Amino acid sequence: MSSDILLFIVYGVVVVALAWPLGLCMARLFEGGRTILTPVLGPVERLVYRAGGIDPQASQHWTRYAAAALAFNAVGWLILYAVLRLQGFLPLNPEGFAGLSPDLAFNTAVSFVTNTNWQAYGGETTLSYLSQMAGLTVQNFVSAATGIAVGVAVIRGFAGSDTAGPEARGLGNFWVDLTRATLYLLLPLSVLFALFLVWQGVPQNLSSYVEATTLEGARQTIPQGPAAAQIAIKQLGTNGGGFFNANSAVPYENPTPLSNFAEMVAILLVPAAFTFMFGRLVRDMRQGVAIFAAMGILFLAALALTYGAESEGNALFANLPIDQASGNMEGKEVRFGVGESALWATATTAASNGSVNSMHDSFTPLGAFAPMLLIQTGEVVFGGVGSGFYGMLAFVVLTVFLAGLMVGRTPEYLGRKIEAKEVKLAVIAFLVMPFGVLVFGAAAATIPMALASVQDRGPHGLSEILYAYSSATGNNGSAFAGFGAATPFHDTLLGIAMLLGRYAFIVPMLAIAGSLAAKKKLAASAGTFPTDGPLFVTLLVAVVLILGGLTFFPALALGPIAEHTAMLAGETF
Amino acid sequence: MISQLRPAIVLSLLMTVLLGLGYPLAMTGLSQTLFPDEAGGSLIARNGQVVGSRLVAQGFSGPGYFHPRPSATDVDSGVSGGSNLGPTSAALLKRVTADVERLGREGEGARVPIDLVTTSGSGLDPHISPEAALFQVPRVAKARNLSPQQLHDLVRRHIEGRSLGLFGEARVNVLALNLALDELRPAGDNGAR
Repeated sequence: MSSDILLFIVYGVVVVALAWPLGLCMARLFEGGRTILTPVLGPVERLVYRAGGIDPQASQHWTRYAAAALAFNAVGWLILYAVLRLQGFLPLNPEGFAGLSPDLAFNTAVSFVTNTNWQAYGGETTLSYLSQMAGLTVQNFVSAATGIAVGVAVIRGFAGSDTAGPEARGLGNFWVDLTRATLYLLLPLSVLFALFLVWQGVPQNLSSYVEATTLEGARQTIPQGPAAAQIAIKQLGTNGGGFFNANSAVPYENPTPLSNFAEMVAILLVPAAFTFMFGRLVRDMRQGVAIFAAMGILFLAALALTYGAESEGNALFANLPIDQASGNMEGKEVRFGVGESALWATATTAASNGSVNSMHDSFTPLGAFAPMLLIQTGEVVFGGVGSGFYGMLAFVVLTVFLAGLMVGRTPEYLGRKIEAKEVKLAVIAFLVMPFGVLVFGAAAATIPMALASVQDRGPHGLSEILYAYSSATGNNGSAFAGFGAATPFHDTLLGIAMLLGRYAFIVPMLAIAGSLAAKKKLAASAGTFPTDGPLFVTLLVAVVLILGGLTFFPALALGPIAEHTAMLAGETF
Repeated sequence: MISQLRPAIVLSLLMTVLLGLGYPLAMTGLSQTLFPDEAGGSLIARNGQVVGSRLVAQGFSGPGYFHPRPSATDVDSGVSGGSNLGPTSAALLKRVTADVERLGREGEGARVPIDLVTTSGSGLDPHISPEAALFQVPRVAKARNLSPQQLHDLVRRHIEGRSLGLFGEARVNVLALNLALDELRPAGDNGAR
């Protein structure tokens, strides 16, 4: 117990100690500065621009920036879809897997392009090594880089320049941001992290599956593959799609407590660095720290709830002669126990990562409540790389608007007026999540064909549906995996939810940034509401909880909360 | 959007070559050089034959071996997965109750450690808790005709503590323990000579 708490503290310290300097490096990177890797990677960067016909100096208006991001993701989707469909004819397929069905290939391609990484497939039984490498690994990098690029562009809009002119209205160049995020940030971090993972025991080979003879004389098949390279970027890019079916619970993906700790740090590293990069880019570090503080408070609250519930164990086992001192161990690994499973579950749903080192479907009702709510509030607690930060900025816009209403003044943020246009766009972005979860989820909960995918009966069955549609719309990718999502119905509807969750959020956020970039900066006056103090942090936390919580509370009451009371009453389904 | 097509296509292709082939193949080469054992799956060989991996559970079922945790998948197929049963699932309670009854008979009245009646997340958990290993000592001792004290000592030598006193939980690797058990007294040799 006390060692778990100590671990949580060490985790927080390590994340901040690494994210702060990384955030400052990222600020320099996206302001166009030289990095220590420029002598090595500079020629590659220039080659990319020349081949693509890109003028790296040209700053793009927000509409052009959005078009570039969408075009790039559309092409990426097409390539990935083709690779998955055709894998049976392509090389590096030692197990001879056939191509994926159209609906599964659609779902998986959407899932990886939108940085969701929902797994409707099981890696070791479905995908060739080429699909994992040239298909999934590539999108692990570039979907993360897309999120980072858009995040940086949105920040540029909010930071603006002191004089509003035509040249100030651009948000930067998507192709440059994408290339720099990939080459100088994600690739070097992944190389180092992959080697660390191999050292800990994650395989990295192209061998066919090993056939062993067990001590009892039986045959055992042991899947292999180039896992470490993909797992490194899967965590650093808040992707989360596993090389193997059971994701980071599989010892080959996450062999030791040390690999586990490092992977948990990797999940939050870049999202946390964004808050400090923001502080540097708007030339006021206190603004970045305030947002970090709001995220940190929400994180701690969720962790306390999940850890507390999981430590209690399953109340239904109370009358059996079981030693349940180590908590709820169904779906958990012995090497991690409850403490590191609860911390991982919180981190992976706070960030839009979605990898799991334990099965969320088997969590206690309240233990799964917090992860589900973290996804539903839009994954703004650190969130996905880039996407978590621009998601939180939508809540910031709503918060300063509410604060402005209370004192009867036009709200401002960072010296720019927040007017009806920005607030409307922020509300549109906010509504994407309820639409995907509640409208699509309601469809899935009422159509008989869709209901067949539900594994558990009772309130837990509703939780399975809720979790699936929350995870897809939030681009998280974790699952209540008992839910049989690999049907044409859910592959398609969840795929649409992922697309909405990604692009119906990106476009309004870029529009807000574009609108702000065109505004003149005002000097702070006595009536300016300070956005760098404890009052603002409290208000921001409250807005996230009230808006997010109230929207989903009725559904949550019928799912996890009803299940909790049933469990305490000794009821099973 | 049309004007963005050229960079979109060119960058996608370049990135596929760099990140989809260059990066994973370079990492494969580097890993095979720096950490050949780990990169190859941490396989264990005995008398020149691969008998398993240090990191993957093996489906021991005979009374003379320590058993891994129950698994929601077929362990020896190598396919990973959890039961994903919810906490209020009747199927879960039924399975746990049956396992507790079965284990209660061999555990000499001790309370059953929770990890012995719950499936792991991966279904391939190579470890059990020290309590779960000690719990199985009476059965293994009887089957192998060894003294419980010998087996207690063997288990204690195989307990891995928290890394750096902070990370992870105390645990015992079942395959390593069973390999050492075979060293102590080969399976099938009941010590009657």
